[in-house]
Amino acid sequence: MISIKNVNKSFGDHHVLTDITLEVPKSNVVALIGPSGAGKSTLIRTINALETIDTGDIIVDGISIHDKKTDINKARTNIGFVFQSFNLYPFLTALENVTIAPQKVKGLSKADAEKRGKELLTSLGLGDKFDAYPGRLSGGQQQRVAIARALAMDPQIMLFDEPTSALDPEMVKEVLDAIRKLAGDGMTMVVVTHEMGFAKEICDQIVFMAEGKIVEIAPPEKFFTNPDSKRAQDFLSVVLNH
Amino acid sequence: MNNQLDWSVIPNNMDVFIQGAILTLEISAISLLLSIPLGIIFGIGRISRNPIIRFISGAYVEIMRGVPLLVLLMWIYFGLGQFFSLGSYWGSIIGLATFSGAFLAEIVRSGIQAVPKGQMEAARSAGMSNFQAMRFIILPQAFRRILPPMASQFIILIKDSSLISVIAGVDLTLKAKNLAATSFRYIEIWTFVALVYFIMTFSLSLIIRAIEKRMLKSEQ
Repeated sequence: MISIKNVNKSFGDHHVLTDITLEVPKSNVVALIGPSGAGKSTLIRTINALETIDTGDIIVDGISIHDKKTDINKARTNIGFVFQSFNLYPFLTALENVTIAPQKVKGLSKADAEKRGKELLTSLGLGDKFDAYPGRLSGGQQQRVAIARALAMDPQIMLFDEPTSALDPEMVKEVLDAIRKLAGDGMTMVVVTHEMGFAKEICDQIVFMAEGKIVEIAPPEKFFTNPDSKRAQDFLSVVLNH
Repeated sequence: MNNQLDWSVIPNNMDVFIQGAILTLEISAISLLLSIPLGIIFGIGRISRNPIIRFISGAYVEIMRGVPLLVLLMWIYFGLGQFFSLGSYWGSIIGLATFSGAFLAEIVRSGIQAVPKGQMEAARSAGMSNFQAMRFIILPQAFRRILPPMASQFIILIKDSSLISVIAGVDLTLKAKNLAATSFRYIEIWTFVALVYFIMTFSLSLIIRAIEKRMLKSEQ
């Protein structure tokens, strides 16, 4: 479903992604983990072309994302993206946040978009927040609206860039529950996360990155108990024993 | 010279003042409406990725800001007027609109740049084109932020419209000037004219303040 081949990217002299190759089969959930500055966020942002790449290729559902001939706007409708800082539209209500793109991009009628939007918000536990502006919602609620907004385009792939890092601890669970539910529904997902327990529980593969490279790819049961690389062992000994 | 104030010159010539005030309002309103699209187009042009568009927009803003309005009006009326039959009416409107548009462009640019980058990223991630993201997500937010400086610019536009009297625009200022020259009631007439300009600008202030309040309320 997602095929990343030999991707390289530099900011000046700084090599942020070095020869990244990664396959994400349909309905798989992949966690990108690693120390900060490892290039996880940059990598996930290249999958929907929020970041450019210097060399290599990224194929999503048969479409080469960084090919200049690709209609990137159309390709992006198939890829939902959830940001660390939510990025909800502050001047629109929760429901309007969810319905604007389906109307303007997919040409859905207001009634159809609202019907679908209300279903999504309700399924995410926000049935009483349709008319609330983002400024009136908690961080956890805002992030769930952001998830509903991404799902409203009916994407086949969801990308999460540290979806719980900006949240107060008591709100992390409600957002993780929403992502867990998507995993159960068979959504193909890539998640940059620092929630190791969550990664271990729902992911099919753990991709460990450091200094712009993929150091190790392993199923969670192996990665969290017996990682091959010294770099991953060191990382885990720090994050699991703090 | 008599030092006795005689205000009867005002009611006795009310029709003249009203005619002048109507032209001032009309020219200001049309110029204002034309300056908004100019401000948006060149404001976006200033931050375009295309270097040619950026250059043209930058040149427009810098030239308009660098030339006095009085000189611009003269140049349009006597210069452009040689090739196109603009007359003082359209000459005034073109001058005021292009002049004000340059200042609005800078205001629009700053408003767009004040919207967090994540807003554009979220809109583009949902499949919106750059144009759609601007139209539906960025500009509505930029507009809320720039209402106060825009209001100031519109007020300046109304006041600057008094300069069209130099290219024979028979506005409030020129009417007053002519009347003062024949009646010698300088203090009474210019005091009244100042009051009329103030009423126009203050009304505009109140309208924009009301719009601002309504927008803030909708985000609560």
